[in-house]
Amino acid sequence: MDVLMLSRLQFAAATMFHFLFVPLTLGISVLIACMETAYVRTGKDVYKRMARFWGKLFLINFTLGVVTGITLEFQFGTNWSRYSAYVGDIFGSLLAIEATAAFFLESTFIGVWHFGWDKLSPRAHALSAWLVAGASNLSAVWILIANGFMQNPMGYELRNGRAELTDFVAIITNPWAWNQFVHVVSASFCVATFFIMGISAWHLLRRQNEEFFQKSFRLALYVGLASTAIVVAQGHIHGNLVAKLQPAKLAAMESHWETRKSAPMYLLQIPDEKGEKNLVQALPVPRLLSILAFSDPDAEVKGLLDFPASDRPPVTITFLAFRLMVGIGMLMPLLMLFGLFKRDALAKYPLYLKAMIWAMPLPYLGMQAGWAVTEVGRQPWIVYGLMRTSDAVSPIAASQAGASLVAMVLLYTLLGAAGAYLMFTFARKGPVDA
Amino acid sequence: MLETIWFLLWGVLWAVYFVLDGFDLGIGTLMPFLAKNEYEKRVMYNAGGPFWDGNEVWLLSAGGVTFAAFPQAYATMFSGLYSALMLLLFALILRGVSFEFRGKVENDTWKSVWDACQVAGSFLPALLLGVAFANLFHGLPLNEAHVNTGGLFDLLNPYGLLGGVLFVAMFCLHGALWLSIRATGELKDRAMATACKLWPAVLVLVLAFLAYSFVHTQLFGNYLKNPPLLLILVAAVAGLLLSRVYLAKGQAWKAWGGSAVFIACVALFGVVGLYPAILISTLNPAWSLTIHNAASSTLTLKIMLGVALVFVPLVIGYQIWSILTFSKPIQSEHDLEY
Repeated sequence: MDVLMLSRLQFAAATMFHFLFVPLTLGISVLIACMETAYVRTGKDVYKRMARFWGKLFLINFTLGVVTGITLEFQFGTNWSRYSAYVGDIFGSLLAIEATAAFFLESTFIGVWHFGWDKLSPRAHALSAWLVAGASNLSAVWILIANGFMQNPMGYELRNGRAELTDFVAIITNPWAWNQFVHVVSASFCVATFFIMGISAWHLLRRQNEEFFQKSFRLALYVGLASTAIVVAQGHIHGNLVAKLQPAKLAAMESHWETRKSAPMYLLQIPDEKGEKNLVQALPVPRLLSILAFSDPDAEVKGLLDFPASDRPPVTITFLAFRLMVGIGMLMPLLMLFGLFKRDALAKYPLYLKAMIWAMPLPYLGMQAGWAVTEVGRQPWIVYGLMRTSDAVSPIAASQAGASLVAMVLLYTLLGAAGAYLMFTFARKGPVDA
Repeated sequence: MLETIWFLLWGVLWAVYFVLDGFDLGIGTLMPFLAKNEYEKRVMYNAGGPFWDGNEVWLLSAGGVTFAAFPQAYATMFSGLYSALMLLLFALILRGVSFEFRGKVENDTWKSVWDACQVAGSFLPALLLGVAFANLFHGLPLNEAHVNTGGLFDLLNPYGLLGGVLFVAMFCLHGALWLSIRATGELKDRAMATACKLWPAVLVLVLAFLAYSFVHTQLFGNYLKNPPLLLILVAAVAGLLLSRVYLAKGQAWKAWGGSAVFIACVALFGVVGLYPAILISTLNPAWSLTIHNAASSTLTLKIMLGVALVFVPLVIGYQIWSILTFSKPIQSEHDLEY
């Protein structure tokens, strides 16, 4: 394998592993802050116990998120140095703002929160929880603005052999970034709420700490219901934006080869990338693709064949990842709705509770698939329409990139295993301390 | 002018990173020598416990500012030091996780594995940062396209290694002093005794490093042109001397402060000596990266300056508050989280 492929795999490994932890952090930090606020307001001990129990799981998750995030900050320099030099004027400043405005706040107050249970007043402690939650979500704003520049570059001019900043306001108001922010944050709340509901369901099935886990389940249910609704509804708007700004990605998402008006969507489809067609396409839903892409049943949807082969993203991965994401996106609100109707009699529906345990990985999978659509679907560009991924890679030896990739995958696998073991152990143990 | 401001800020960020992460990396390195039992080990984990994460963000910011203010330098530095940086990052990952994971399972093997991660994950970064910065002070074999033509083992030259050993010793002294602030009883006594033993070693190492720098690098050029700048060196020496004086008086906080000034000024001494270069090419001075050919556009530098002026004072404010609130001496198990 060449440096380009190794670097792409390494970046995929580094981001995807990092993004196993980020969404839970974004969502559960807010929910824990809510629990602490409830404790401050009502003085009921159960809320404090909730914050402590979920907080313990949160900390294990948070640590893995933090340490794997450090690698990412330097990946652009190590493996994508030509990219860094070319767009650093814009992209670098966004990362630097993320660190100064958000990471410091998040990382300082996670220590305050962790060590402050007995040293701070409940009110001050709840405030530190809100600062961690706010800062985590603020970091998402900045990294998605940075990613937004790669997806839909604006506010720059090509000067001195690189992209230079000309309009900072355009960059931070990039519609792509803000759509992505809503999408990612609402999906993160799906991850966090399914996480809390799954673990709560496990304990409710065993009839242990019922009040505690009913309250947890219910809080997650209400937030989760709203999040699944937002992620799906906004996903549609997001799809329209992709259709407008990155038509090749949209065509790959649907494995849509020939340009046509009133395009149908095929429920069953098997892409044949080499043959530039679909091996199987059956069960059409008339005009659905046109509606999904442009909110107009008659709209023309450009097919992959209208793009030069060198400008097309990998179709199979983008297509499968998109289907997986959408499938999960459809399933999640149904699970939430069922919970809403039966919320007062959960114990009577052990099958539902079991399903909620097994549903915990779903939003994680949806999240990973969504990012695969976003990033693989942007190929062959690293910055859409501006710089190709193949022009961005560092002039390093393949042996270096290969060795670091192997080391990273090994290290992350071990860490992931240790982290999962701890999560399981503490999730099963339930709330123990007062 | 803007470029010069950013160059100085860049140096300050690295200096603050060394001062802050320096003490917890030092404590981690010293753990096998100072902790005699499980309780003392836990005290050592907790001594830096509330801070390690916030401290590490200074590294992220230093990296981020290199990227934002001098993108070409970021590109060259981190792709050129690829293997060393990867080692540094993996070591920091293991160290960070060891804080959180170690105490979660009551099993001796589990704990000793994470202890090994903590020690190696503290020692290696200290060493690698020293090696890397000594090599930056001397320069790298950058070619015309600003690509480092040397490999990992070229960094391990005598000057680089001396820098590495100096950093390890500085951080250990700094860590021992921090532990003197936070530990009580025998562990505190042992930490202070260790600091006393490390101090002469640090003095000898820093003098050797300065002498070696004088003959081996161009760092002193700026100082000979502008002698008032030598105040940085004076401050470094004063910080180191004061740390010994206060150590003898048993005033751990002030001794730590002296050591902090010392570390910051050693880093700044090197950075100011580099000016206006960020990365010196040892092959041809024209191929060096300087604030002139590596800087971002004026607009970016201006916006970033605004961001820094707003947020950095805030960060310093709440980090000082956090340090003051959470650095009381650890009296008993009740004070331990990790």
